[in-house]
Amino acid sequence: MVLSDLEAGAVGTVDAVHDAGPDDLVARRLRDIGFVSGETVRLVTRGPLGGEPLLVQVGFTRFAMRRQEAQRVRLQRPGG
Amino acid sequence: MSALNIALVGNPNCGKTALFNRLTGSRQKVANYAGVTVERKEGLFRTPGGRSVRVLDLPGAYSLDATSPDEAITRDVCRGALPGEPVPDLLVCVVDATNLRLHLRFVLELRRLGRPMLLALNLMDQARRRGITIDVAALQARLGMPVVETVAVKRDGAEALVAMLDGAVPPAPEAGEDHGDLHAQVSALLAEAVTMPERTSRLDERLDRWLLHPVWGLVILAAVMFLVFQAVFSWAGPLQDTLAGWISVLGESMGGALPDGPLRSLVQDGLFAGLGTVMEFLPQILLLFTFILALEESGYLPRAAFLLDRPMRAAGLTGRSFIPLLSSFACAIPGIMATRSIQDPRDRLTTILVAPLMTCSARLPVYTLLIGAFIPDQPVWGVFNLQGLVLFALYVAGIVSAMGAAWVIQKLRHTEGEHVLLLELPSYRLPNLLDLGIGLWERARIFLRRVTGIILSLTVLLWFLSSYPAPPEGATLPAIDYSLAGRIGRWMEPLFAPIGFNWQICIALIPGLAAREVAVAALATVYALSAANDAEAITSLSPLIAADWSLATALSLLVWYVYAPQCLSTIAVIKRETNSWKQAGFATGYLFALAYLASLVTYQLTAWLMS
Repeated sequence: MVLSDLEAGAVGTVDAVHDAGPDDLVARRLRDIGFVSGETVRLVTRGPLGGEPLLVQVGFTRFAMRRQEAQRVRLQRPGG
Repeated sequence: MSALNIALVGNPNCGKTALFNRLTGSRQKVANYAGVTVERKEGLFRTPGGRSVRVLDLPGAYSLDATSPDEAITRDVCRGALPGEPVPDLLVCVVDATNLRLHLRFVLELRRLGRPMLLALNLMDQARRRGITIDVAALQARLGMPVVETVAVKRDGAEALVAMLDGAVPPAPEAGEDHGDLHAQVSALLAEAVTMPERTSRLDERLDRWLLHPVWGLVILAAVMFLVFQAVFSWAGPLQDTLAGWISVLGESMGGALPDGPLRSLVQDGLFAGLGTVMEFLPQILLLFTFILALEESGYLPRAAFLLDRPMRAAGLTGRSFIPLLSSFACAIPGIMATRSIQDPRDRLTTILVAPLMTCSARLPVYTLLIGAFIPDQPVWGVFNLQGLVLFALYVAGIVSAMGAAWVIQKLRHTEGEHVLLLELPSYRLPNLLDLGIGLWERARIFLRRVTGIILSLTVLLWFLSSYPAPPEGATLPAIDYSLAGRIGRWMEPLFAPIGFNWQICIALIPGLAAREVAVAALATVYALSAANDAEAITSLSPLIAADWSLATALSLLVWYVYAPQCLSTIAVIKRETNSWKQAGFATGYLFALAYLASLVTYQLTAWLMS
């Protein structure tokens, strides 16, 4: 399961951010801003049109991101 | 005591610029770093102990692993690797005390540089209000650097920091135990030194529930935009008239002091007319800037970008384009300058290229003249007015065309790869007057500096073109007919005949190149009218052109003004911001082509329908 699969309002735990290609700046930036293993994230809401962008809370901060960015964030299985 | 060079460094939204304003007040210098369009802000102040301190406000960054030109500058200055920029004696790491989870990671990354540094816990008032307690002594011990509390928006909020700068520069922190994962270190730090009742502010949660609501969020956004426009266009009017009045009085008195002749004409009709045009739009632009700054400071603008990202992306733009395009309704120049906040270079370029299509306030005099003369003042469906509807349609035409142009530009460029949004939505904050004031002053200064030079020199050139050669003895036609501008106008006529422009319009287009609104004054000159200002010119021109032009010509000229890049200042700013003549040339070319095509269709269609 990845971050973009979360329902609005749902909470998940980050497993890892995987690179979408070689030297993936976006993945590195996601790790820098707190998407690291064990961190709790919450999908606060989605944009009003087409369900994009996603508003994600990580740590104490909220970030807007598009689905493609959120797909890099793999979540741990609930209870696993 | 020796002078001290310090640099403020921190994440975006940590209140760094507010702290910079608090420290330096108005003693700031804003320029660009050499070779890049990244703003360099430097200020000076003196401590109570008499030490003079030079402060550099570095661009906000999330990490030293830079992903934008701004962040690269911050990285290079912190490392002392930017040529021509002295290495700061002290790094002041600024963090938002309510957002330590994110901001302390960057501090730990900076600590690895092994430079003298201290930590400023900013926004401490907010942190206290939210019940966050921070054990400063413990934090100081664990980080190995001095820690001070600051409240940048309070008058004495930076006193502790300034007092510390009076003392000896602290030694570089020991990075002895620093190995492994920074995030884990932050968690350990937080567990030891910080207690926090809840992760987010309740106010943010509550506001976001409404402001980002799928329906209400959009309704509120529309209402906010409507209010801003209403205010900008109705409040700025009286101010503009007053300013224009002063300038023309000043021009006449200065001109009157000179002997009749070319010099007097240059001062009165060239210099002051040009200056007047710039100044007249200043109130409107400042008012719009005030709103944009206040919305930005409050944290609302990133929310607007969030709401609009999807539709704007469908058009080939990004949610981040919203702010620059909004500014472009006042004037494309500040709008294009505001595109610096767009991280993706492709998205930034597209935004720059379509910004001139937003209906800037300089087009209004032309629209007012033509609509007043050709569109009947009649009610439509009881509630609307036909003239108002036409004006509204011209605005919509600009927006729709911008979206279309952006879409085509993206397709043509075959831009492959992902377009990234990743945008922080900061906590809501009450805008602070000092920061608003300094921000406004800075933008106004940049705008005036960019514009006055270009407009003034062009006005002088155009004054020359329309005054020389002087009409022969016993001339019957207006003087401009005999001038170089008149000759060029006649020479242009065949080219513009298919879109319905007569030679008078062609002549007016030439001075209109300096700034669109000058075209009205130029038309007045061509039709040999003497008018003291735009308002007078419009009143006396209306009946004349209503009799002389066909409806098709008028509509064609209106449409021309929606598209034509008739503003050399804008083109110059595009060149400066893209650092490329090619892009500036492309913008000019495609806008002219669009204008000609749209006017051609309008003219031919109207002429055919009317026949």
